[in-house]
Amino acid sequence: MSDIPNDLRYTKTHEWIKQNSDGTLTIGISDHAQGLLGDLVFIDVPEVGDTLSEGDDCAVVESVKAASDVYAPVDGEVVAANEKLADSPEIINKDPYGDGWIFKIKPEDPGAFEELMDAEAYSAIIEDEEH
Amino acid sequence: MGLRTPLYDIHLKYHGKMVDFGGWDMPINYGSQIEEHHQVRNDVGMFDVSHMTIVELEGPRVREFLRYLLANNVDRLKDPGKALYSCMLNEQGGVIDDLIVYYMNESWFRMVVNASTREKDLTWIRKQGAAYSIKVTKRDDLAMIAVQGPNARARVHQVLGAKAMGLDGIGIFFMRELGDMAIARTGYTGEDGYEIMLPSAQAAAFWEQLVAVGVKPAGLGARDTLRLEAGMNLYGSDMDETTTPLESGLTWTVAWEPLDRNFIGRKMLEKQKAEGVKRRLIGLVLEGKGVLRNHQKVLLNGLEAGEITSGSFSPTLNVAIAFARVTGDAGAQCRVDMRGKPTEARVVKPPFVRNGKSCL
Repeated sequence: MSDIPNDLRYTKTHEWIKQNSDGTLTIGISDHAQGLLGDLVFIDVPEVGDTLSEGDDCAVVESVKAASDVYAPVDGEVVAANEKLADSPEIINKDPYGDGWIFKIKPEDPGAFEELMDAEAYSAIIEDEEH
Repeated sequence: MGLRTPLYDIHLKYHGKMVDFGGWDMPINYGSQIEEHHQVRNDVGMFDVSHMTIVELEGPRVREFLRYLLANNVDRLKDPGKALYSCMLNEQGGVIDDLIVYYMNESWFRMVVNASTREKDLTWIRKQGAAYSIKVTKRDDLAMIAVQGPNARARVHQVLGAKAMGLDGIGIFFMRELGDMAIARTGYTGEDGYEIMLPSAQAAAFWEQLVAVGVKPAGLGARDTLRLEAGMNLYGSDMDETTTPLESGLTWTVAWEPLDRNFIGRKMLEKQKAEGVKRRLIGLVLEGKGVLRNHQKVLLNGLEAGEITSGSFSPTLNVAIAFARVTGDAGAQCRVDMRGKPTEARVVKPPFVRNGKSCL
């Protein structure tokens, strides 16, 4: 069973979203997603300054097995990207919710986070997939 | 539920991530495919390959039969235990399967064929063998464990103890019988090592003894990246019944001499050779970011010229590598359509890695 922290929000496409005290959101892929992909070997992060709309493919995570797009969970502007992933993509396998974060976004709508799926709803989705 | 090897419970015990592989429940990895890959390149790892099919061929005319059945020539097998890699072709020169054949004695050869092709292979061998009165026996009572890596032989000898003397001086591509085990110095990783056939009932205990001396389990994921780096073809991806050995980088396995040896598919191969082989299997090394994947299109001078047959990330070289089948002269450089982005790739002659070292 994969780890699904309660304080984060999630998307159907397996991104997690964390709300920071400065109002920005940190985004990564869930433990479930990294487990499905297996060993990651390349990560393409978005550029700082990019303006994203919800649902835009803005990053790519590639494992030995497959390539997968990462989608913007909300509208906003990219304010940081995790440059360490270029040399050490395996960080996402080891620490998907911590050092394996992918990018930070300044949301257009400050209330957007609250609209996102909580841990309980995300768990239900994963359970459906696994059965 | 799929088919299970005698080591199924062991895979669960070592947290193997089980996937369907041609109808078999097999471990793709035991945690990290890349760590398992490095383990084999740098030290020693082991694979359960019991899903592969072991077939005994017996009869006074068995050598004569194999001279006809296989594209490589079993007359190259003169010393007992010697192994030969060959394709088994249909009349059109297409590859029914690739296999290893071992010379046991003049009335007994052993073959190891792929798991996914088991039924059609047996049907074909029995059909062709009827005229030679060949007895064909599938050995479901045997398991097979591949122990591979620079330290593989030393670890196996350690487990065998005094019995290891029976392996003294064993040459590359030779098999020795050791009690009820048969141990061959063969593999599918580009490293030294053994493939060990043993009674199914002993497989789990032997596996645990290997673990106890430091041999780590490795899954099919690592097996695939290791064989690709080593420049070894995978049946069903790099060749099948619609491609000949000449179109699959396997010309070296076709024994043209002696000219009067008639083998199945020979006429078509000679015709293809005379007319010129239009499609070839080449090696690629990606120059941009990303991972090469099976079926991505290869572009020569901007035009589609073929596709990738096996693409992956090479953990040893830290770059994406592939085999691709292309029509026309690939030259030194091509492009691969990667998710809509044409990306530069260098054309190379496989292998990419041998005995732990880059060949590029």
